[in-house]
Amino acid sequence: MSRALKLAALALLLCAVCCAQDLASFEKRVTVKKLPNGLTAVVCQRPDTAPVFSFFTNVDAGSVQDPMGKTGLAHMFEHMAFKGTETIGTKDYAAEKVALQKVEDAYAAYIRERDKRVDRDEQKLKQLQEAWQAAIKDAQQYVIPNQFSEIVERNGGEGMNAFTADDQTAYFYSFPLNRLELWAYLESARYTHPVFREFYKERSVVTEERRMRIDSNPIGRLLEQFVEEAFSAHPYHRPGVGYISDLNSFSATDAQHFFDTYYIPSNMVVAIVGDVDPVKTMAVIEKYFGAIPSHPKPDERTTTEPPQNSERRVVLLDASQPVYLEGYHRPDYRDKDDAVYDALADLLSEGRTSRLYRALVRDKKIASEAEGGTGYPGVKYPHIFYFFATPMPGHTPKEVGDAIHAEIDKLKKEDITDEELKMVKTRAKANLIRSLDSNDGLAQNLAVYQTLYGDWRELFKSVDRIDAVTKADIRRVANQVFIPTNRTVGVIETVPATSGGAQ
Amino acid sequence: MNFAALRKLTFIAVIFTLAQLAVAQEPWTKIPIPPLPAFHPQEPKRIVLPNGMVIFLQEDHELPTIDGVARIRGGARAEPAAKVGLTGIYGEVWRTGGTKDKTGDQLDDYLEVRAAKVETGANDDSTTISLSCLKDDFNDVFQIFREVLRAPEFRADKLDLAKREAYDGISRRNDEVNQITHREALKLAYGPNNPYARVPEYANINAITQQDLVDWHQTYVHPNNIIIGIVGDFDSAQMEATLRKAFGDWPKGPAANAPDIHFEPAKPGVYFVKKDDVNQSNIRMIGLGTTRNNPDYYSIEVFNEVLAGGFSSRLVQSIRTAQGLAYAVGGGIGTRFDHPGILQLAMGTKSSTTVESIKALDAQIDQLKTRPIDDAEIARGKDAILNTFVFNFDTPDKVLRERMAYEFYGYPADFLERYRAGIEKVTTADVARIIPKYLHKDQLAVLVVGNPAEFDKPLSTLGSVKDLDISIPPPPAQMGGAGSAGGTQP
Repeated sequence: MSRALKLAALALLLCAVCCAQDLASFEKRVTVKKLPNGLTAVVCQRPDTAPVFSFFTNVDAGSVQDPMGKTGLAHMFEHMAFKGTETIGTKDYAAEKVALQKVEDAYAAYIRERDKRVDRDEQKLKQLQEAWQAAIKDAQQYVIPNQFSEIVERNGGEGMNAFTADDQTAYFYSFPLNRLELWAYLESARYTHPVFREFYKERSVVTEERRMRIDSNPIGRLLEQFVEEAFSAHPYHRPGVGYISDLNSFSATDAQHFFDTYYIPSNMVVAIVGDVDPVKTMAVIEKYFGAIPSHPKPDERTTTEPPQNSERRVVLLDASQPVYLEGYHRPDYRDKDDAVYDALADLLSEGRTSRLYRALVRDKKIASEAEGGTGYPGVKYPHIFYFFATPMPGHTPKEVGDAIHAEIDKLKKEDITDEELKMVKTRAKANLIRSLDSNDGLAQNLAVYQTLYGDWRELFKSVDRIDAVTKADIRRVANQVFIPTNRTVGVIETVPATSGGAQ
Repeated sequence: MNFAALRKLTFIAVIFTLAQLAVAQEPWTKIPIPPLPAFHPQEPKRIVLPNGMVIFLQEDHELPTIDGVARIRGGARAEPAAKVGLTGIYGEVWRTGGTKDKTGDQLDDYLEVRAAKVETGANDDSTTISLSCLKDDFNDVFQIFREVLRAPEFRADKLDLAKREAYDGISRRNDEVNQITHREALKLAYGPNNPYARVPEYANINAITQQDLVDWHQTYVHPNNIIIGIVGDFDSAQMEATLRKAFGDWPKGPAANAPDIHFEPAKPGVYFVKKDDVNQSNIRMIGLGTTRNNPDYYSIEVFNEVLAGGFSSRLVQSIRTAQGLAYAVGGGIGTRFDHPGILQLAMGTKSSTTVESIKALDAQIDQLKTRPIDDAEIARGKDAILNTFVFNFDTPDKVLRERMAYEFYGYPADFLERYRAGIEKVTTADVARIIPKYLHKDQLAVLVVGNPAEFDKPLSTLGSVKDLDISIPPPPAQMGGAGSAGGTQP
């Protein structure tokens, strides 16, 4: 009793003091501006920190927007965004432009012949391929390779990288504070005048990325099959890095088209965090990013995944050790129960007090690892709440699957305890506070929340939503969603390697 | 006259255009870069207790949190060969096994309700215990930290669980190609039985007893072997008093001695691990690196930057950008504080370009002679290092961690400042001098992990090939502790 009271007092104190205080303090230090072209800039000042800043450019388009037959294109553009512009990375853009068009023409001719179902002329195909390769070689003479990255690196760019997800594409690094204007120039230029040079070489690089992440990795192989099975209609079922046939097919012209369609200012949020002067910084951003041309938003309709009415299953017979995965469809992040799923994920997975750790690892000793989570493979569209476990030696995927179902049944039949609920809520607040301690982490959070909700304050309010979750909510959602007909199971079952290898 | 005027005009126009072109071509060079504001990172306060414990306190009042870590001398490199994996097990059970007063499960409940952590772990040369909490909970959480540090219980049920988890880890160690490559590369660089390279087997884990954990703790966990660092929202004077009270009464113990370790890099040649379920080969060309107190360290750092530091480096420019052979490519002469790092050139490429890629890496080494690193490359490398220098100490937490590392390895407290000065002095000639000193193409071990069915050419075209056997030795027939865990073949 007294313990529960203490907990309640603690939770109350945390909520009242920390979050409100943090939001109030951030209100004073965060400036948001929507430029006339539709781009949103978020500037967050962290006074008295080191003379550095981090930025995060979030583009509200990702692999979901890949056209049919051209999977991997969003990711391919992300790689192209490091290839320079009409001024960076070229010895003579006027001549290069002509040469790059010749590459595209030659490639189109080659693909037309290659993909003929009848009357393909192998001799002609070989000539066309050679002509395409010759055009590539000709265009290469104008290139100053990796000049864009070199400027960033020489000037002290730290952690320069980018990623493409199903929902978004993001670009980021940190710079010394005195490079603020240089950054604004570089970052805006890559979305104003990108040039798709060295496209087909880079396509080979991306294909190696696919081999590394998916083809040559057991978990990668399982996940690719799993989402294929879980989503039958929505683009979430496709690999973001692309199918191999698409990687051998799409062109720089396709990437240009993707860029023209989706990289519009109204799809972009740029967040910048550090010991920056908010007024000067916003002025620099307006000067450079204001020049990105705008046009109307594209048609972004996608198929909504229809309700699943039967259990689905993929079994990967693999030389690696067994793995168990299952997922249930849930609504998108704007659903009223979004915070309930977050609370469930925390309750099931966070730390040694979590339900799955205690049941599968500590007590039953049948798994070395067990967790549940949400937001897979994205959040913008209806997606998956998953359970994942690795069976201990001598135990099977079925045993851990049964144990997971027993935990799900408990969630359906019994309320979680007051202490568990408080633990979840306290942790949400503490995790928020801890997430505020770095320029790069903050820049990412502000940009992503601004994109998803149109308001960065939702980063703080998300904690309030978790705070409002009740025991009944947990039980209701568990009963609603964790049902066999809404389930997709993916397992790796071990078979000996054909020879050598993993055994 | 008209004609002359026209010529003059044209001439002017051309000059004008050229001038415009120069600006238009490199407009970024025209953007002003003001001097970086003066920045003097706050140094942590260093305190040495009479019993030898070293404490660093770093105030940071931005957020209401406190984080701390104690690093204790003695780690995996000092384990007996028959019990490799001992510190890994120790590092887990130290915390999960609880204290005299509370079981590990009770600690979990106590901490998680405060969204706090106290965690323990083990490294090659040390073990660690860390804490992380909201500042209002510090006293409660620090109490647990102190008890785990000074009076752990190593309960048997958690030892059993940790051993099962270790068996699981062993059974899964050949599943991912990166893990295999990393492990085998260490063995080739340092020698198969070197303490930095060896990995636990079922029999090693099986042999570990509760008494081993107690003995380890008694051998190493003495205040004179401990460096503690705390960062966050506290008052240093008050924190110092708290720590003096908690640890001042703790008597000194025997000092932990670093074991004498021999490094025996593999003989040159090709070493091959067959992995049938991949379509990409992992390639490593491996040798022995050096330590950071080597006077050549700064030249090596600049060389590494030129060779593989970022997109504009030689390896990325040639192997990835120009040849499209790899997504991941990198390397350099590796350095560590107190033992040689690994020298390596590393990449992953599709199976059908395996031999081609090894030759491409070879060619990169040859090019260091035929196309020596020039002044422009050195300037680029130095700029990249010096302009990112501020990111070594841009948060109070990073400053603390740097200082703790220097303290642990006996490096000067101003090592970072010396590093900057050292890098600034490096010349093209310095780099030219160190390359032949450390990088010898004909002395490297070439490791390939891949699927030979799809190779472009047999590896034997490169010379003699030694097949590496990575099969996992089966568990002993009577495996104690985790009973059924021994029943399956991985």
